[in-house]
Amino acid sequence: MSATTDNTALITAEMVDLDVQATTKDEATRHLAELLVATGRVSDLDGFLADVRAREAQMATGLEGGIGIPHCRSEHVTVPTVGFGKSADGVDYGAADGPAHLIFLIAAPAGADSDHMKILAALARRLVRQEFKDNLRAASDPAAVADYIRTEVTP
Amino acid sequence: MKFVAVTSCPTGIAHTYMAAESLEQSAAAAGHEIVVETQGAGGAERIDPATIAAADAVIFAADVEVQARERFAGKPTVTSGVKGAINNGPALIAQAEEAARSAPVAATAPAGAPAAAGAGGGGPELASKVQDGDSWGTKFRQWLMTGVSYLIPFVAAGGLLIALGFALNTIAVGDQGYLVTEAPPVTEQFSVTSLSDWAALCFQIGGLAFSFLVPVLAGFIAFAMADRPGIAPGFAAGAVAVAVNAGFLGGIIGGLLAGAIVMWLKKAKLPFALAGVWTVVAIPLIASFAAGGVMFLILGKPIAAAMEAMTSWLEGLSGANMVLLGVILGLMMAFDMGGPVNKVAYFFAVGSLTTALDSGTTTGLQIMAAVMAAGMTPPLALALAAAVRPKLFTPSEQQNGKAAWLMGASFITEGAIPFAASDPLRVIPSLMAGSAVAGGLVMAFGSELQAPHGGIFVVPFISNPWLYLVAIAAGTAISAALVIALKSTKRAETQLVQAETAAGIPATV
Repeated sequence: MSATTDNTALITAEMVDLDVQATTKDEATRHLAELLVATGRVSDLDGFLADVRAREAQMATGLEGGIGIPHCRSEHVTVPTVGFGKSADGVDYGAADGPAHLIFLIAAPAGADSDHMKILAALARRLVRQEFKDNLRAASDPAAVADYIRTEVTP
Repeated sequence: MKFVAVTSCPTGIAHTYMAAESLEQSAAAAGHEIVVETQGAGGAERIDPATIAAADAVIFAADVEVQARERFAGKPTVTSGVKGAINNGPALIAQAEEAARSAPVAATAPAGAPAAAGAGGGGPELASKVQDGDSWGTKFRQWLMTGVSYLIPFVAAGGLLIALGFALNTIAVGDQGYLVTEAPPVTEQFSVTSLSDWAALCFQIGGLAFSFLVPVLAGFIAFAMADRPGIAPGFAAGAVAVAVNAGFLGGIIGGLLAGAIVMWLKKAKLPFALAGVWTVVAIPLIASFAAGGVMFLILGKPIAAAMEAMTSWLEGLSGANMVLLGVILGLMMAFDMGGPVNKVAYFFAVGSLTTALDSGTTTGLQIMAAVMAAGMTPPLALALAAAVRPKLFTPSEQQNGKAAWLMGASFITEGAIPFAASDPLRVIPSLMAGSAVAGGLVMAFGSELQAPHGGIFVVPFISNPWLYLVAIAAGTAISAALVIALKSTKRAETQLVQAETAAGIPATV
């Protein structure tokens, strides 16, 4: 996990937006998905968003503590990737205690091997650690955020 | 304490692992050990069975079915969705502590041993159709259906082997030689080249498998009511029902009795040290004695007496009006589908057959033919009804309907039980009408049958085989039409009646 240009890294600076302006979860998810399309991680924006919505329809992905984790396994994803956004006003992802300020768009390829899944599993585990969330809330530089997340999930 | 947990969510890439992490953190914070199995998209690494055995409680944080759940059977269990574990891990750990404390037996008993009833007590390893929170009427039906679902494989295996034995023996020896029922035990005589010995082998294995019917029914009715501690008392009560000739109905009553006794015994509050011995040893012992004793001393004799009375009444009829006798035997064959009434009719026919073969008369042969036809129509009629109007039947009934073709063709009336048990008020009268017609017609046609079993496989050896098939077809068509007509009537009304009928029964045991 070295350069930010690595085209298999879980996240790079281009996939981070620390000032998401969207106000609905559909808009916010679409905005982050566009970042993944721009970096070549998602091949078909609308197909991918449909897969995310299908997952979202099963059960809202908002979590207590201001977290939203829209996610899916999709044929339109080429590499396991996470897009990260911060919203000052918050976006409602259906959590009981209010809108999400930290949004993780987790994209998994449909047939990912277990090594890839381990990275996503490691990311998911970090999401329930207070320290991890606090550090991200405090972060102000997209490159630093991407580096931090990559370092954390490296086995 | 030591806990094990399984986490599982629909996509398997996020919540599964978040829930696992949350549980691990919460357990560590509370000073407990926990091993979590993440059943996610990356595949699950199974928890070591020794770890499960040593665990004080199990946590399922899952939004989809937990795989291989039976590994955790008997452990105190706490269940939640994945979000519950993520958002409030400490509360779930606290619940697991509570469950472990209120079911102390799990900590000392061997792995897989039943836990005492407690908050969220472990689910049974064997599948039961019982769901919590249903009304007594629904529960009663679920108890019977659980028993019946374990009974059916015994009926199929045993009954078909018996029929195969008859068919092979008929091919081997024809009308000459001994009947397969009189064959010496295969332990004394068996030659690989002798077809009649193979027939005897089939018949004798089938007979032994068949002898489990009533105990299995009773055992698994009691299991449905009271989980695994109910199995032994249920089997014992069922075996006593057989010993006192109380048959199918006796088995149901015995199973309900054993289940109720175990349910009651499980409520006992016991000192910590006694709890393990209580569930594994004392409950089976006490409940088997009590249920078996009641069946032997109180309930068995009245049923046996009623059966004797019926047999002598039927003997009086056979001289007077053969068609009427055929109708009555038909009604009996369908009334309880393999139960005591059915068996009275069947054994009456077998007795008449034996007399007829000895004396060279034909009355007994006709009675046997009528009884077999009447016993074949109930499963055939339900198979037909389920094939014609599948929407009137549940998915499992539709499956049973396919098997019922073979059951009916093989003269295994028990194939109709799953349908009758779930909807007795509409199914049983319909079946009785068709069987009565079949029995009466066979008598009118004068068909004669020399074997006591065999179904469709022995029809070629029956006199007037085509008319015999006509009688079966007529009875089948009538029953199927009635079942369809009655099932199409208002559902709510009948269910209310059923619930009222059923609600009285647990109270009497």
